[in-house]
Amino acid sequence: MRITGKHVALIAYLVFLALPIYWLLNMSFKTTEEILGAFNLIPDKFTWANYTMIFTDPSWYMGYINSIKYVAMNTVISLFVALPAAYGFSRFSFVGDKHMFFWLLTNRMSPPAVFLLPFFQFYQTVGLFDTHIAVALAHCLFNVPLAVWILEGFMSGVPREIDETAFIDGYSFHRFFLTIFVPLIKAGIGVTAFFCFMFSWVELLLARTLTTVNAKPIAATMTRTISAAGMDWGGLAAAAVLTMVPGIIVIWFVRNYMAKGFAMGRV
Amino acid sequence: MNKWQNNRAWFLIVPVFLVVAFSAIIPLMTVVNYSVQDIFGPGQAYFVGTEWYREMLHNSRLHEALLRQIVFSFTVLAIEISLGIGVALTMPKKGWGASFCLVAVALPLLIPWNVVGTIWTVFARPDIGLAGVFINSLGIDYNFTANPVHSWLTVVAMEVWHWTPLVILLCYAGLQAIPEAYYQAARIDGASKWAVFRYIQLPKLRGVLLIAVLLRFMDSFMIYTEPFVLTGGGPGNTTTFLSQFLTKKAVGQFDIGPAAAFSLMYFLIILLFCFVFYTAMMNADKGDSK
Repeated sequence: MRITGKHVALIAYLVFLALPIYWLLNMSFKTTEEILGAFNLIPDKFTWANYTMIFTDPSWYMGYINSIKYVAMNTVISLFVALPAAYGFSRFSFVGDKHMFFWLLTNRMSPPAVFLLPFFQFYQTVGLFDTHIAVALAHCLFNVPLAVWILEGFMSGVPREIDETAFIDGYSFHRFFLTIFVPLIKAGIGVTAFFCFMFSWVELLLARTLTTVNAKPIAATMTRTISAAGMDWGGLAAAAVLTMVPGIIVIWFVRNYMAKGFAMGRV
Repeated sequence: MNKWQNNRAWFLIVPVFLVVAFSAIIPLMTVVNYSVQDIFGPGQAYFVGTEWYREMLHNSRLHEALLRQIVFSFTVLAIEISLGIGVALTMPKKGWGASFCLVAVALPLLIPWNVVGTIWTVFARPDIGLAGVFINSLGIDYNFTANPVHSWLTVVAMEVWHWTPLVILLCYAGLQAIPEAYYQAARIDGASKWAVFRYIQLPKLRGVLLIAVLLRFMDSFMIYTEPFVLTGGGPGNTTTFLSQFLTKKAVGQFDIGPAAAFSLMYFLIILLFCFVFYTAMMNADKGDSK
């Protein structure tokens, strides 16, 4: 293969991308003494101790389980309500459709830092405080609009004649939607699920505010360790490395859809 | 595409409306409530009208934070969009290289935001960080916790590192959707690389670019967690952006009224910008289909 300026630029960018992550990996295999004491590009005394610490301490590994639970709930809820809505927006024009669409998007724009207190009070009042479903519902605020938006783009890429033919053939709406339409936009559903997963997984403020013990996410567990006396840099680095794992798995599954279908329709 | 006229389509929208309204409307009304009251404790609140709004409009520290926020958002937007397009153009179009690049590029997006702050703290610390130690060994006295310029640059670098991948992914998908025939036509006409970019790729990217601008603007304007972990808003107030300023006011000083009043204005500012972008996007769509 010919090496051109293009490749050099791409590799330079990938290196910029990888350096902080490499450093994190490097630290996660060191003891905290080594991190603070010596400056090594590869660990001197290679150790799994930081990872063992996380997998044996329930206050650490429960954080991952909690996060995965509410992220999964959020993804399912978002897709479940966004699918019919996106179909509605892409196929029909009705009174107030544009306003409704824009209103949905505005929910992505409210600065969460400021809505923390009302959220806290509201979820406490309805008795959902410190449950997984509370975080999942709160995250719907920014994931559902995005899901509708992306799905609408994919659905608009499917010709309307398909719907018409199916209805002429006597399909009921439910049967048509589930057996014909949903398989057609598989790629779109994959991409949407990826984005819902991503934004819910990385969010900290709402998740931390709405939970104390039972549903405490991993990201919040990590902030607690930061404030504890004597930074456990090694443990922190290992925990950070582990937060990347679920995301890598998810993106591995959707990587082909990602490139193929994303630019269909409006998106 | 012309659509079917049917108001019963509202039934399809109802579930979305309910789910979003559940989390959106009551908390929003609570904020509106706070913004017009002086709250001393449970059950002790007094109606103060627009006082908080007036107070916040004349708060000079808030003006500084707003200015910093605007400078920051537009700086990262400019860097991320141009870098994003550039990288998307250089990425391989198919094969294992494409898969590898996609997964590698998406990596920063999947890291919880406070962890991004942690990663950059350990990366840039002058005593234990790779970048910090390296830059100091070049003879530059780099310390992002003490020097405002350095901390500002570090926050921008972190934001670019974190969010350029989103722009790349969107642009890459946009580029993949351009039919091969366009490039063949350009080759026959003997178009230069620049001409291909300017007259084929850029116009076709307009849709995804507007989405990228919209998402990036909203999120960078509301940035909180990452700089909070990295610099804590310091040194001094030099990296205190709007969200952080507000959270300090609402939680730290318990000035809920003024904080609520301003957060509504904050929301309106974002809404205004986004409405402009959104309208531009919709009109661009119409221009395409003509």
